[in-house]
Formats: sequence, structure tokens, C-alpha cells
Amino acid sequence: MEEHRDDIGSRMGMWIFIFTELLLFGGLFLVYAIYRADYSAEFHTAAHELNAFIGALNTVILLVSSATVAMAITAVQKENKKLALILVAITLLMALFFLVNKYFEWGHKIHLGIYPGSELLTKLERGELLFFGLYYFMTGLHGFHIVVGMILLTVVFFKIKSGAINAGSFVLLENGGLYWHLVDLIWIFLFPLLYLLT
Amino acid sequence: METQNNQLNYIEDTQGRWGIFAWIFSTDHKRIGILYLISITTFFLLAALMGGLMRLELIAPGETIMDAQTYNGLFTVHGIIMIFLVVIPGLGAVFGNFFLPIMIGARDVAFPRLNLFSWWIYMAGAILAVYSQFAGDGPPDTGWTFYAPYSTESGTNVVAAVFAAFVLGFSSILTGLNFIVTIHRMRAPGMTWFKMPLFPWSLYATAWIQVLATPIVGITLMMIVAERLFQIGFFDPALGGDPILYQHLFWIYSHPAVYIMILPAMGVITEIIPTFAKKSIFGYKAIALSSVAIAAVGYFVWGHHMYTSGMSGTARWFFSFLTFIVAIPSAIKVFNWVATMYKGSIDARTPFLYAATFIFLFMIGGLTGLVLGSLATDVHVHDTSFVVAHFHYIIFGGMGFAFFAAIHYWWPKMFGKMYNERVANIAWLITFVGFNVLYFPLFVIGIQGMPRRYFDYLPEFHAGHLISTIGAFILLSGLFLMIINIYRAKKHVTPAGDNPWGGVTLEWQVPSPPPTLNFDEIPTITKSPYSFEK
Repeated sequence: MEEHRDDIGSRMGMWIFIFTELLLFGGLFLVYAIYRADYSAEFHTAAHELNAFIGALNTVILLVSSATVAMAITAVQKENKKLALILVAITLLMALFFLVNKYFEWGHKIHLGIYPGSELLTKLERGELLFFGLYYFMTGLHGFHIVVGMILLTVVFFKIKSGAINAGSFVLLENGGLYWHLVDLIWIFLFPLLYLLT
Repeated sequence: METQNNQLNYIEDTQGRWGIFAWIFSTDHKRIGILYLISITTFFLLAALMGGLMRLELIAPGETIMDAQTYNGLFTVHGIIMIFLVVIPGLGAVFGNFFLPIMIGARDVAFPRLNLFSWWIYMAGAILAVYSQFAGDGPPDTGWTFYAPYSTESGTNVVAAVFAAFVLGFSSILTGLNFIVTIHRMRAPGMTWFKMPLFPWSLYATAWIQVLATPIVGITLMMIVAERLFQIGFFDPALGGDPILYQHLFWIYSHPAVYIMILPAMGVITEIIPTFAKKSIFGYKAIALSSVAIAAVGYFVWGHHMYTSGMSGTARWFFSFLTFIVAIPSAIKVFNWVATMYKGSIDARTPFLYAATFIFLFMIGGLTGLVLGSLATDVHVHDTSFVVAHFHYIIFGGMGFAFFAAIHYWWPKMFGKMYNERVANIAWLITFVGFNVLYFPLFVIGIQGMPRRYFDYLPEFHAGHLISTIGAFILLSGLFLMIINIYRAKKHVTPAGDNPWGGVTLEWQVPSPPPTLNFDEIPTITKSPYSFEK
């Protein structure tokens, strides 16, 4: 059977998948909005607990990684395979930095006894408890998406290396890039909602 | 090899794979459709038997054959299997996979491997769902709606069941995504949007609901899991959470899910009626666009499940108003089907009988839906067996009978063999009678105050329950007769022919069973899909 190829169709599929991802997080943003309205003062207090510096650092890391993956597409189009590989590798490295920061951030909080179900948390105000519940759930789900994105971009890396992704056929790289921008975009909303509204 | 493949039909063409692997690893949309057909039929029979057991328990007041906890487990498992494994994938996964590409003149769906992957995810979810019934601390007893806070506290196996529903949702999303891209990108040359048959139109509207609504229930079910495993507090009033919020999030998906079930059913009926009335469909554009309208408005009516849960008066009349609005496009379809039959030369063969039954049962279900959609009457019948009767008329009488109609309509095309039509008609009569004897009494005792989900009842409801249980066994025997009859079609020696009903859509222009690549040459479309005039 001949291989059916339709780049526009593949991109359309990716965009529809991105819609579903946005709605997945949309449910969480809805829960956030409702509890923020119900417990605005306590959300305010709890947000002080988060380290805005690490949050900002991770934002910069993701923005840079989004830029590098976009540049990788241009590099492939210009048939500069080596540059494309370097750019995808930088993206992956940035993703790893993000996760390392997240690890220390979560680790520090867990060390302080702030985690769902902890004794300390049950003694806090209800709104603060919900804030930390949302914090772990939202950043956890986002972190999971970072890992999925890294797997996807690793596949892309090896396909560029083998020449399967080239100037004539690079829709997989584009879709990987689209997914990565989505992960970035969701963080752009998580960062102010969780870290900056203090 | 290429030409040789063209001559083989999809059943003969194993593409070099051995035995069962030729099916479970095939990316052919027709084989995947058959995989879904077998899995869905199996789960349907399993859950139907559970329904039979529940009816047997209700044959007399008091404990008859099971205790209350077993009954709670049974109605939950019956609901989970029927909703998530049978009705939601149902028509789209079986007949959508098999016929969508053929009806729009394509060789396959846009992403064949993703399509096979969807079936594997479906099976993973199904195994998890069945596992949740037998492993751990007993079957979940929350009802298929998993309402918090009970679902966060119940000692039964809720996490596995909830996670199964999440996995099944993922499969549903991927199928929807695949169909949207297929319809956008792979229609045959000349097939404009308004030259596309109406079953694909209904699948298109459905696919958007699958893609846009399912993620909400996905994240909500994940919150239930997090609630149980980590006490995250979102739905637990003791931790500041709000159980009503769960109900909102749940119905934001699960009401549109009703349209995932019924829209493809309407699409099937729209295919069958013109073929047997020998007449072009009446109001083609109205039917096509009403599918889209139902999908769009159906997104904003979820609150009508929650009139008695605690909502502001404004929210309640708003949801009630929209519920009435969504009845309009549904009624448009009914009028168009009737108008198509008007002055047609109706050939009342088996598929037509099922299709006509669909219209009848769907109307009873739809009109009783308006009783539930009105604020004042809903308070009276909320959570009674009236609701049970209403949604079984819609889901079983609607989607179920459309599924039976579809299987009788397309079976000769799928397998090249005709079933015994006389036996099929007898099975239809038994099923139709059994269905009404089973569910109609539930309307009556529901209005009199019989609550739903109770394993026991007051003596005054005995007559209604007894009639209903008798109906259940008439219905079950009809179902078995129907299935055995269809299965025995394979023994027929004479082939059914390429076009046994005189249909005009593209699937009737290819051989029965269709060859692997569907068409030797992709057709060019110049006419409307339902032009019977030569």
C-alpha cells in the first residue's frame, strides 16, 4: 500500500490535539478561578510561599527553549542539519534544567511539610490548602507534559540525525515544536496565577 | 503485489500476517471497525445480562436474589460498561471506521496507525474497567457518575474504574481527531461539504464534541484520583472543596456525551430512510446543519442535570431555556425523516423497521426529556425511575436501535452475506415489544414516586416492576435471536450482491465485501449523495 502523505492534515491533527490539551488544563483553570474567588485572601497569603525567582527563571528557560525549537525548523528548511541538531539539543537541555529547578522547588516544599495530605497543610486555612493542592496538581500535570515533550523531541532529534526529517519533509519537527510551544504557553499562564498574584 | 491486493477483499487480504495478528495489528479501517464490532458486542451482552439480573432482583419487593451492596455494584458496573465501552464509542467506532472513508471516497482514514492505536487504548481501558469489578475491595458502588464526595470516600475499587474511564476518553478523543482530519482532507474530488452524505456529517459534528468535551471529564476524573490518593481537597467540604463543582465539571462533558451517542445514530437513520423510501432525503442542509447545531447548543445545557443540587434561580432558567432550544434541531430531523417518507415508495425491509422504531422510541424519549428539562416538573420526577425510563428510551431506544438498524443495513456490505430476513423481522418485533414492556412502566411508577437506584421498593410499585421484569426477558430473548440470526448469515451460500437495498451512496458502488483499498480508482463526485433519479 502506498504511503499516504498529507502535511497539512498532520498539522491539522496536531492543532486539534492542542485544543484538547488546552481544554484539559482549562478544567483546572476553571477550578482555580472558582477557588480564587471563594478564598482570595488565603490564596494571596499562600502564594507568598512560592519562590518567584525560580518561577521567573523557569519562565525564561522555557521561552528560550521555545525559540530554539522554532529556530531548528528554519535550520532544517535551510538544510543545515548540524545547526538543527544543536538547537534541538539545547531545547532538550533547557527542558531538563526546568525539571531540575522544579525538583528542587518541590523538594524544598515537601521538606517544609507542605504537600497534599501533610499534617501541616491540614492545620492551615482551607483556602491555603486548596492553593497548594492546585499548585501541585497544575505544576505536576505541566511537568508531565514537559516529560512527554522531551520524549517527542528526542525522537525528532534522532530523525533529524538519520535524515528522516529533512528540508523536504519536516512536519514531525513542526508538530514537535507546536507541542513544545503549547507546554510553554501553559506555563506562561501558570506562572503569574501561582507565583505573581501575591 | 499492488494489483493482486486490489482484487482481494479486506477479509481475505491478511497482508502477510498470521491468524489473529492480521486483525489486531491491521491498520485497515475496515478491520479496525470489525475489531470494535466484536469488542463492543461482547461488552454490550455482558452489561445487558447485568441489567437482566437487576430486573430479576426487582421482580418482587425485598431481597430477591442479591443484597443491596451487590445491587449497587451491578448498576454502577452496568452503567460504566454501557456508557464508556458501548454507547460512546458505539456507532462511530464500528460503522464510522468502516464506512466513513468509503462514503467520502477515500482509501482509509487520515491516520491509520493512530486509528489502530485508539483501539488498543480502548481495549486497555476496557480491561481496566473489567478489572475494577473483580480486584481490590469490591466493585465500585458510586453509580457511573462518580459523584463526589461519596466517590472520594467509598471503600470500593473506585480508582481503577475512574482511571478506566479516563483511558477510554483518550481513545475517544483520538478517534474524533482522526475523523475530523479525514473529513477535512480526504473527501473525493468534487465532494464539497454539501455533497457529503449525512452519516459523515453527523460523525463530523460528533467528532468535535469528542475532541472538545472529553478533556474536561478527563481532568475531572484525574482530580477524583488525586482526591483519593493525596487528599487534595478540591471536592471535599471538610477540606474547603465543593462537591457541586464536581457535578458541574462532570456534566460539562457528560451531557455533550449524550450527543456523542445520539448524533451518529441520527446519521444512520438519515442514510437508511432514503434508501427504503426510494427518495432523495428531504431537507439535506437542514439535517446537516442541525447536527452541528445540536453539537454546539448541547455544550451549554449541562446544568439541567443539577436543578435540585443547588444552583441560582438564574442559572436554572438559563439551562432550562437552552434545553428547550436544543430540542428544536432534534425535531427538525424528525420532521425531515417523516417528510422523506411522505409519498415515497416505502420498502419495509428489516433495516427500515429498525429505523422507523428509532423515530418512534426517540420521540417518546425526547418528549419525556422536556418533562425533565422543565424546572417545576423536574423537581417532582428527579432521581426517580422516570429518569431511568427517559434515558433508556433515548440511549437504548435511540442509539441502540440505530445500532441494530445499522448492523442490518450494512451487514451484507461488510461480509457479503445476507441474513435470514424473516427471522430478523421476528427478532425485531420481539425486541420492540420487549423494550416497551420493560421501560414504559418505569415512567408510570417514576411519576408515582419510585426512586432510581434502589434495590427494594414499597408494595404499591410491585405491578409496575413485575411487568418491567417480564419485558426485560422478552427483550433479552429478542436480542439473542437477533444476534444468532445475524451470526448465522455466514452459512448462506449465495452472496448478498453489491447493492441489495438499491442504495445510492458510495459504499453501495464498491464490491461486497469491499477490497482493501476500497476503490480501484477514486471516484469524482458530481451529484448530491441521495439522487435516486437516473
